[in-house]
Amino acid sequence: MATRQSILARTISTPIILTLILLAVAGLSLWVDNGIFTRTIVEVFIRVMIVVGLYTFIGNSGVISFGHIGFMCIGAYATAWFTIPPAMKKYSLRGLPDIISHNQLPFYLSITLATLFAGVFASIFGKILVRLSGIAGSIATFATLAMINTIYSNWETVTGATSSIVGIPRKTGLWTGFAGAELAVIVAYLYAISRSGLALRAARDEAVAAEASGVDIARERLKAFVVSGLILGASGALYAHFLGVLTPDAFYLGLTFISLSMLIVGGMNSLSGAVVGVVVLSTIIELLRTLEKGVTIGAETWSLPHGAQEIAIGGVMIVILIFRPSGLTRNQELTWSGWPFSKPSARPDEPIEDRATEGAGA
Amino acid sequence: MTEFIQMIIDALSLGSLYALGALGIALIFGVIRLVNFAHGDTIAFCVFALLWPSIDAAAIVFAGNLPTILLIPLILLLGAGLSVLSEIIVFRRFRSANPATMMIASFALGFVIRYFLLMLYSSRPKSINLWANLSEPIDLYGARVPLLQIVTVAITLGILGLLTLFLKRSRYGLEMRAAAENFTMARMLGVRANRVIMLAFALSGMLAAATGLIVVTQTGTVDIQMGASLMLIAFIATVIGGLGSLTGAVIAAYLIGAASVLMQVVLPLDARPFRDAFVYGAVILTLIWRPNGLFVPRSAKQRV
Repeated sequence: MATRQSILARTISTPIILTLILLAVAGLSLWVDNGIFTRTIVEVFIRVMIVVGLYTFIGNSGVISFGHIGFMCIGAYATAWFTIPPAMKKYSLRGLPDIISHNQLPFYLSITLATLFAGVFASIFGKILVRLSGIAGSIATFATLAMINTIYSNWETVTGATSSIVGIPRKTGLWTGFAGAELAVIVAYLYAISRSGLALRAARDEAVAAEASGVDIARERLKAFVVSGLILGASGALYAHFLGVLTPDAFYLGLTFISLSMLIVGGMNSLSGAVVGVVVLSTIIELLRTLEKGVTIGAETWSLPHGAQEIAIGGVMIVILIFRPSGLTRNQELTWSGWPFSKPSARPDEPIEDRATEGAGA
Repeated sequence: MTEFIQMIIDALSLGSLYALGALGIALIFGVIRLVNFAHGDTIAFCVFALLWPSIDAAAIVFAGNLPTILLIPLILLLGAGLSVLSEIIVFRRFRSANPATMMIASFALGFVIRYFLLMLYSSRPKSINLWANLSEPIDLYGARVPLLQIVTVAITLGILGLLTLFLKRSRYGLEMRAAAENFTMARMLGVRANRVIMLAFALSGMLAAATGLIVVTQTGTVDIQMGASLMLIAFIATVIGGLGSLTGAVIAAYLIGAASVLMQVVLPLDARPFRDAFVYGAVILTLIWRPNGLFVPRSAKQRV
């Protein structure tokens, strides 16, 4: 009997293809060589981190989480605390402990600490949240997001409440962004092929059978939750250094929904789906933004009215979902062998549940 | 004693608002298992219909000038119309999709509605004075409470009563309850799927309109974001109440209203700005304690 290839050998083509896509995006930015366009591309890389982080939990566990942007918020503010010059934060953020307010950490140390800080909170919240499934789980994560947002919007002396905090060094550039996105893809891939990832996906597809085969669903979910919390924390830290200015509302419902949409439009059960979703929706958004600013055709400048961009995005999303309910990648990974867009899927796209049990929480 | 009465009225009127929102979400969820994120934007749409489209800062009252007796049915009809239209254009195509896809589709639809309003009215909040005489305080056993709070509670109770009558006594109500219980079986027994679903959407749209009218009378401002926070609470109430249970959703909404008002009073002064965080914390604890909600409908029991 032929020996079975290792899981690494069978699936390694996926992260390689995704890396190539990311490199192509970075190359595009070098080719255009325009400051504003480069910033757009860096934003795309950060979005890739966010959505890949979401995939790590949502894709593997099947529980839709609305709470993860909260960990991004935690990571972003943590790096702000560490890197704003002491002279500034002494006045703007009076409530910080002395050890933080008197020191300023270098960029890489700061984002590492911020990532770990978000990870700690992810493990605390995760411990509670992983016990819930289905819609109850989603709502509990929603409550988590709202809780984090309420605290950050009101803790005047530590987070500056709803007024924006300034003075974060703007250090996230094209290659930092690329490195972040690439790292996120690798971590998510390694988690997905790990023992825990396989067990969790088994539990997602057949909870009862997995449990009967000895999978401790809560424990595996917690692992995924923390890994994804770490990725989100890191993305938040990079985002803070990208923007230079923070407000809590940047990390609330708007960002949550746009990143979830990217994940679901791409295909929420596959890593490739996460990356493809970001690239496709970001491209559409940018095209529409350009149209909204105005295009000159001949002598006339023609532009879309304000708000038309969002209406079109919403419309495009609905149309994509109507024709591809399981996402552009049909929940499959991009591999060498066959292009998933033309290959018929080997199994039904979605398990069809009994209506009566649906939504009650598995 | 007066403070106590004040608190009760506050809790009841806040709870009533949440209850109307929660019912609008629960009705649709019960029939097609759709978590409708567009509900908040439907609320905003109905409120904006009171104004004439313009991107100026000052609001030009349009439908809001109609006599009350015409205004209320018009807005209710508008809410129902928008809701049914979204069913026909969008949600009908997602009948066989999984709940996550439907949820994101409803979000996308809400996005479209919100930015449609932005295009017509700009994103600036506008003020509108609707039924100003309702904000006058009246004397109730020594406590001075705005008449509006009492009217809110009364209207909500009225709507709840009518809805109960409709669901329990009419043929359509019976069909809707059957569909919520077991959709496939109901269809086999002659319930027309599309009619029941459209009815649920129409009722939900009317509830959205009613919620919107109450909110705008209370706050006096219209804002394209106005539905979002209300929808979040309504959504939470629906789940805590037990998805699929209308009674549960209403009771949970009143509980959340009561919890908010209570925490406002008992929390120490320093912690008060964080009141909502405590409310959401309580929500998480409730879900840990009863993952399927407080009132689990029999049909929701997991079968292996």
